[in-house]
Amino acid sequence: MRLRDSESDARFRKEVRAWLAENLPVLGQPPAYGDWPAKKAYDQRWQKMLFDAGYAGIDWPTAYGGRGATASEQLIFLAECAAAGAPDLGVHFVGQLHAGPTLIAEATDEQRAFHLPRILRGESIWCQGFSEPGAGSDLASLRTRAVRDGDHYVVTGSKIWTSYGFAADYCELLVRTDPEAGKHRGISWLIMPMDSPGIDVRPLRTIQGESEFAEMFLDEVRIPVENLVGKENDGWRVAMVTFSFERGTALVRELLTAMTMVDELATLARSLGHGQYHSGPKAGQRRTAWDDDAIRREIGQVAAELDAMWALTRRNVTRAAAGGGVPPAGGSAFKLTYSEAIHHFGEVAMKVLERYAISLDALPLSGGSSLPAGRHILEHLHAFAISIGAGTSQIQKNILAERVLGLPRER
Amino acid sequence: MHFDLDEDALALQATVRDLCAGRLPLEATRDWTDAATFDRAAWRALAELGTFTLTQPEERGGLELGVAEAGLVFQVLGAELVPGPLVAAALVADVDERVGAGEAFATVVTRPPAGSGPARAGGPWVVPHLDLAADVYVVDDEGVWKAAAGAVEGTPVPNPLDPTTPMWLAGEVPADERVGGPELARAWRLRGSVLASALLAGNAGRTVELATAYAKQREQFGRVIGGFQAVKHLLAEAFTRAEVASVAVDAAAVALDEAAAGDEDFASYDDPTFNPVRAIAGARVLAARAASQNAKTAIQVHGGMGFTWETPIHLFLKRAWVLQNAFTTPEEAADTVAHSLSERKAA
Repeated sequence: MRLRDSESDARFRKEVRAWLAENLPVLGQPPAYGDWPAKKAYDQRWQKMLFDAGYAGIDWPTAYGGRGATASEQLIFLAECAAAGAPDLGVHFVGQLHAGPTLIAEATDEQRAFHLPRILRGESIWCQGFSEPGAGSDLASLRTRAVRDGDHYVVTGSKIWTSYGFAADYCELLVRTDPEAGKHRGISWLIMPMDSPGIDVRPLRTIQGESEFAEMFLDEVRIPVENLVGKENDGWRVAMVTFSFERGTALVRELLTAMTMVDELATLARSLGHGQYHSGPKAGQRRTAWDDDAIRREIGQVAAELDAMWALTRRNVTRAAAGGGVPPAGGSAFKLTYSEAIHHFGEVAMKVLERYAISLDALPLSGGSSLPAGRHILEHLHAFAISIGAGTSQIQKNILAERVLGLPRER
Repeated sequence: MHFDLDEDALALQATVRDLCAGRLPLEATRDWTDAATFDRAAWRALAELGTFTLTQPEERGGLELGVAEAGLVFQVLGAELVPGPLVAAALVADVDERVGAGEAFATVVTRPPAGSGPARAGGPWVVPHLDLAADVYVVDDEGVWKAAAGAVEGTPVPNPLDPTTPMWLAGEVPADERVGGPELARAWRLRGSVLASALLAGNAGRTVELATAYAKQREQFGRVIGGFQAVKHLLAEAFTRAEVASVAVDAAAVALDEAAAGDEDFASYDDPTFNPVRAIAGARVLAARAASQNAKTAIQVHGGMGFTWETPIHLFLKRAWVLQNAFTTPEEAADTVAHSLSERKAA
């Protein structure tokens, strides 16, 4: 087993670090949270810069325009981006991590030739049209209907949790093409152009305030049959391919960002006055949150939990590189434990912030400085997106119990 | 980066597991409560596989492998609940070949850093396996010291929590012979911590297996209890804790193997996520939690049977409670991780 960089890894790390140092200042500061048009433009500008430098689609095969980097290089790239504070995929998340890899695995040559370069260059934004108001954890019970009419499907229904729906050019859409078949058997995976008539996208306000999510209502939207990915009624299997990416490594960049946020929280804790004054040698000095053994150690526990998630990621990525993708044990174990770690992180952050845990923004202080309180509270709320989205923690436990431990299946 | 077990590692684990099943089955080892009942021949057989000399050079009878491999073997020993001064044997093999070969026993005690933790100043030394040991080794900030076990005046701990880890309390442990300096002391603390965490991770994995097997055959309300979601979720959580603990221990062991020579504490590497001291401390936080929580889960899943002395799960819990404080404690380890965090202002 090896964890440290090989010589070529070290060269790659140096190259990425130098490129980020040079190019991040050119990109400039991200727009204010909730300004989605500006966010889209910003993310697209960054994606174009990555593409021009040869870093777009770092994990995609070279045959489809990606960099075809090794597993080590992919993780080094993500770690360096997180450490440098580079933007994450943002509006490109679905295209880069869900739709793109699914198209690589399942699409026709024509579909790949059209879509993959556009995704890589950041020209086309994708959204996800999987969940429905009546189909959450039980996704296979989805009811959005697609009726064949000549060389088109006519699609009617509604979708929810459509990430980046307001920004998207295409949607990876799950529809029911055969209502008579068993619930897993009559589903198809379609590419829906978002400029098709009959699509109504409405922003969805979450507990975080603004969010990237939308609701989407489809009223007799006509989608060409050639936009079918995989075979008709084989969409559940195709969706499982998408999920294997989602549960495998899609959260790695988030994890790495969370690891840097623990450093931020520790820094904040060292500066934030807490409770009473010291007695003894430090008499008269105000105690900080960091001086509180219980809080400091809990921060250490959270850091240890995230470090272990990083180790698990490296185990999962090593296994995936050996063939067959991330195994369910590793993927579900990651998803479940990472969710818990982020909730734990949020709880400790509330203890550090104490009476200053009062805003989702930075708190203005006298003298023009500010206290970065809101980002930690937003992260705490975001923990629910992780423990609910992409298969709730309870669904992950069912998967582990049934597929890994071999316990009896639910119904 | 390649962070998975290769075929050699799996074969090594299988060899140790097979020997344990044959010579050190839990039905027998649970009665090894003192030197008189301890099966020295079985211990010797374990040593002959190279269990305690994995990291030793060939000329000292070792296999010249890394702490990574030793950690994998110790995870098996933890899963099989092998009793005896296992970690001490693997450390003392550095300085006494008889101990590495299983011909003699040693015990290692650590003097905690001054002022850390409760009742640290002046409290009595806690010495496990004093009756079995020929020598007692003391690890402190200045180095590693050796004293003959006979020279240590210890009071046996009544009714030891873990029946097969008998303990003694001693007011003094004489520092008779200096066998190594601060470097050896530091190396033993780190390696000892990793190997104890490996035992804990293995312990955590085994209790999930035992509870899962029980849940598949125990019927109530006309069905196996493993079909109830309340039970399934307990077991899935426990499985996940064990997996994560095992991966954290592997990462800590690999980090120790790959640490730069002379790496003092939080040395900085090109890879900002690489930090051996932090990885070792973090592994303890997770392995200790996994072992005790999983054993508790396993007792709960076994229901009334789990509460009996006969069912062996309580032995895993009690071993976990003792091991979690070997070489460091979960709280001390959490503090170590906290102190490794970098200064970073929010963007």
